[in-house]
Amino acid sequence: MSNIPEQLRYAASHEWIKVEDGIGTVGITDHAQGELSDVVYVDLPKVGIQVVVGAVVAVIESVKAASDIYSPVTGEIIEANADLVKKPELINQDPYGAAWLYRIKLSFPEELNALKDAAGYKAQIGE
Amino acid sequence: MSDPATLKKTALFAAHQKLGARLVDFGGWHMPVQYVGILDEHKAVREAAGVFDISHMGEFYVSGANAADFLNGLLTNDVSKLAVGQGQYTLMLNEQGGVIDDLILYRLHETEFFLVVNASKIDEDRKWILKHLPEGMGFFDKSESTSAVALQGPRAVEIARSFLGAGWPEPKRNEITGYSWNCQSILAARTGYTGEDGIELFFDSEIAESFLFALLEAGKPFGLKPCGLGARDTLRLEACLPLNGNDLSDKRTPLEAGLSFFVSLTKDASFPGKDVLLRQKSEGLTEKLVAFRLKDKGPPPRPHYLLFQGATQVGEVSSGAPSPTLGYGIGLAYVRADCAEPGTSLELEVRGTRVPVEVVKKPFYKRAH
Repeated sequence: MSNIPEQLRYAASHEWIKVEDGIGTVGITDHAQGELSDVVYVDLPKVGIQVVVGAVVAVIESVKAASDIYSPVTGEIIEANADLVKKPELINQDPYGAAWLYRIKLSFPEELNALKDAAGYKAQIGE
Repeated sequence: MSDPATLKKTALFAAHQKLGARLVDFGGWHMPVQYVGILDEHKAVREAAGVFDISHMGEFYVSGANAADFLNGLLTNDVSKLAVGQGQYTLMLNEQGGVIDDLILYRLHETEFFLVVNASKIDEDRKWILKHLPEGMGFFDKSESTSAVALQGPRAVEIARSFLGAGWPEPKRNEITGYSWNCQSILAARTGYTGEDGIELFFDSEIAESFLFALLEAGKPFGLKPCGLGARDTLRLEACLPLNGNDLSDKRTPLEAGLSFFVSLTKDASFPGKDVLLRQKSEGLTEKLVAFRLKDKGPPPRPHYLLFQGATQVGEVSSGAPSPTLGYGIGLAYVRADCAEPGTSLELEVRGTRVPVEVVKKPFYKRAH
């Protein structure tokens, strides 16, 4: 059983987002980090770029493979988590905390309605 | 990915589930990619010991008065060098000199040979062998009824001794010996695919699960862990052991792959592809399989990434991964022959950006003893 915090919203592609004052913090779920296992490298988005919902914004590399990370919302990247460059293993250790990937200024807050709540995500991954 | 219901299972499938493995589609087989984690399992094999299910691999027997001559005319290495009880790495080529499969050939008796082939090539290998099989020569494909595990690591042989007991005839490097375990015949070969010392054990599929669990129990005091194909891949890549389908293919000759040590062009016997290899040898190679590493920390190389020298594309990655032992990205790639010297600086293209890499001497990892 993986950890699925109640207060977050989830994309079908296993990203989570927490929104405060129009700024979203994005990461990948506990389930996703478990599936990837042993993260060794992270490519983060550049601060200042505009991304659209569903676009590839980051790449997480495990020992086995490179996995694309998709933005759950449209907006402007305002911060990327530089800690992950030196410590990519944080993604396995603390996926909802220290291993947030980036912060994004939402262009269309209503896009959140299309994301799943904890129960919906839980159902999707079959737990 | 194929439908899990149609995937082939080894006799150890239920054992993997009991051991908590993550099972994935591996060339049509439902195989464990890891139990706990690739890094953990990789480390276990480098520092103590790991055991891998290799039951998906194929096991053939060839026997007959002229078996040695027949195999010498089919495979690249020199079969006449094999004494009874010895094994050799060898290749089976098509008429164009391309690799059908790489395998280990063991001489069990003067006129009986045991071949261990890649899982994905069992059908193709069998067809190729049968196509060339002379009348009166025996060929048996025992892949279905044979299971196997690879016990690998610096403590592997100690574990095998403890598991099999004092009477076990311990094979030396590349040797194979027969023995029995619980009244069942087994074969034990001092071979492997990890760059460590180790023993590959072959036995009847009916005893597979009890065999594995007894081995794990015997190995516990030595730090033995079950290991998946994920670690097997990083281990073999550090040791620069080629993987058929990645580093070997029907379009590449063993000379290009740097395997000329396992190709006898001087033996009398002619084997499929020999004339092509002789020509290639006299004309010189245009591309070679090289080992390369990232100069700095960075994104690990992956198969099919391209290598550049300035604006010119000079190669393509065939295998790549982050090296758990070394801590940086490593890979094998086919590059233009003039870029193949160790020390050559090249650039690897990763998602549109260039990362500096250096061609290095093979292998990346060599065990101390």
